[in-house]
Amino acid sequence: MILVRSLAGKPWVWSFLGALVVWLATIAFTGGYGAGGMVTAALSLAVFTVIVGVGQMFVITLGPGNVDLSLPANIGLASAVAMKVMAGSDSMIVVGLLAALACGAAIGAVNYLLIWALRIPPIIATLSASFIIQSIDISYGRGLQIKPPPGFADFTNWQILGIPVLAVLTVLFTIGAAIALQRMIYGRSVLAIGQNIRAAWLAGVNVGRIRFLTYTLSGTLGGIDGALLAGYFRGANVDIGNEYLLASIAVVVIGGTSVAGGKANVPGVWGAALFLVLLLTMLNTFGVSAGVRLLLTGLIIVGVITAAGGEKAVR
Amino acid sequence: MTAASLDTTARSSAERGALARARLLRGLLPALSLALVLAAIAWLNPRAISYFGFSLMLNLAIPIALATIAQMFVISGNELDLSIGTFVGFVGCVTATWLKDAPLIGVAILLGSIGVYALLGALIHLRNLPSIVVTLGMSFVWQGLAILVLPKPGGKAPDWLLAIMSFKPPLIPFPIIAALLIGLVVHFGLMRTSYGVILRGSGGNPAALKRAGWSLLKTKIVLFALAGLFGVLSGMALIGITTSADANIGNGYTLLSIAGVILGGGEFVGGRVSPIGAVIGALTLALAASPLLTFMHIPPDWQVAANGAILIIVLAARVLISRKER
Repeated sequence: MILVRSLAGKPWVWSFLGALVVWLATIAFTGGYGAGGMVTAALSLAVFTVIVGVGQMFVITLGPGNVDLSLPANIGLASAVAMKVMAGSDSMIVVGLLAALACGAAIGAVNYLLIWALRIPPIIATLSASFIIQSIDISYGRGLQIKPPPGFADFTNWQILGIPVLAVLTVLFTIGAAIALQRMIYGRSVLAIGQNIRAAWLAGVNVGRIRFLTYTLSGTLGGIDGALLAGYFRGANVDIGNEYLLASIAVVVIGGTSVAGGKANVPGVWGAALFLVLLLTMLNTFGVSAGVRLLLTGLIIVGVITAAGGEKAVR
Repeated sequence: MTAASLDTTARSSAERGALARARLLRGLLPALSLALVLAAIAWLNPRAISYFGFSLMLNLAIPIALATIAQMFVISGNELDLSIGTFVGFVGCVTATWLKDAPLIGVAILLGSIGVYALLGALIHLRNLPSIVVTLGMSFVWQGLAILVLPKPGGKAPDWLLAIMSFKPPLIPFPIIAALLIGLVVHFGLMRTSYGVILRGSGGNPAALKRAGWSLLKTKIVLFALAGLFGVLSGMALIGITTSADANIGNGYTLLSIAGVILGGGEFVGGRVSPIGAVIGALTLALAASPLLTFMHIPPDWQVAANGAILIIVLAARVLISRKER
């Protein structure tokens, strides 16, 4: 009983509960057919949303107005860079991953440079940056049709007993992110800045450095995500990251992280990502058209946020 | 506020003069950036500066300006609308189908969608929800509805709409006249009427407005309904130009509209917006994104980057001016 009550108090429980309900509804519809395969597919697809979702979560936790809109362009460019550097050869996999990582980190650093030097809201800084990154990607990735090295493509699709290895690695990564958030000076500083930037500064937090690190982290995660996506879908393209702008923000909020900043929730990102992927699977299984699928996805996002309610204003 | 005004009175008149000049410069910045883009175009291709050239280059300026005004209303209440692009697309699809085939039902759908916007404003205020997330969800809803209304690109604009949008006045191209008209009407409504001040005040200092007895619920509903109205106008104008619709036709307008408001001197918080600035910002972006750039030796790959670069340059200029303002 106490366990139930303490669980109900945690905002992330609801996103997992939602994922479970959607999964049960789908297997009830199919009569139990494909229940395991659905979990495998959901885990493999949720990974990509979780990786960028964690980056977006750290950025959003910095406080109102902080959001990284350059993630889709970043993912697109990094996927092209990774494929070009790997050039289809197994021996270049690590170099290609490092190149995508560096590309993402550079984009994150440039984002913060714009925010800091021009003193503009992060939304506009990351938006302007994304316009430019998109152009670089179109120009750089023109006619790019390089397949990922077979070793890399196999790695991103590798399963052991129906569990995608990439998902296991991502779980380990999110545990690391949760520890960084709650137990390390960096994470505590991010939370402090989100709760009150001035108080954090007066308490001796190096606000500029922490914000720089957070935007660079988000960019880096976008870069890794781009490389992995190109491996999983066997090729890079400009539009590969498009859906991850909305998805990354949606999983952060549905997962129980406060949009007002200062309160983050790592497990919720997993729950919300599984919920969104399973929701799409369910609607596909029910055989609804693309229009109805989008309509229901939107209504459910609005419904969930309305039910969860906003934070009461501090003042 | 009081500390700032005391500060100003204590300053010498010379300093006040410098401050006023900096403020004026800041106010003129949107117009200056537009002039700069025009000068660049004139230098690269003098023949573009003509009646025909402007009609071509500013082809899509009217819907962009209307969408920017819609976004501006939402921003003046300290919110952000991430669904305006797909909403414009939805309106476009309704305009090219229902509004032509069954005008009464078409009008009812469009009025209903403005009502949905008003309800969203109420919902965001009553439940204290983050507008970014609610409108993010709504962007899926509008896109889904657009696909349901028009599964494949097609449809046809009503004839009266085509007639309006292809109007060719003497001497001054239609997009310029329309932009001026939109800017002036909204400027008068929002900056010169007493309820306009209340609307901007709901973003500037909500607590003070509430204590003075104004309903914040009502201001938010009005701001969102106005955003819906201008979103509808934007979608209709867009279809009047393109003559047929596509469910994805408006997707780029979300980011363009936010950029237009900021280029025009608006700020994300505090109800500081400028309707005329927003229209000028939209014109600047429309020029920068115009197909004519192709003839000016700017490869199509880099046209999106041109938008980003203009945003960054204008914002950098604003920072330089604001430093003087201190």
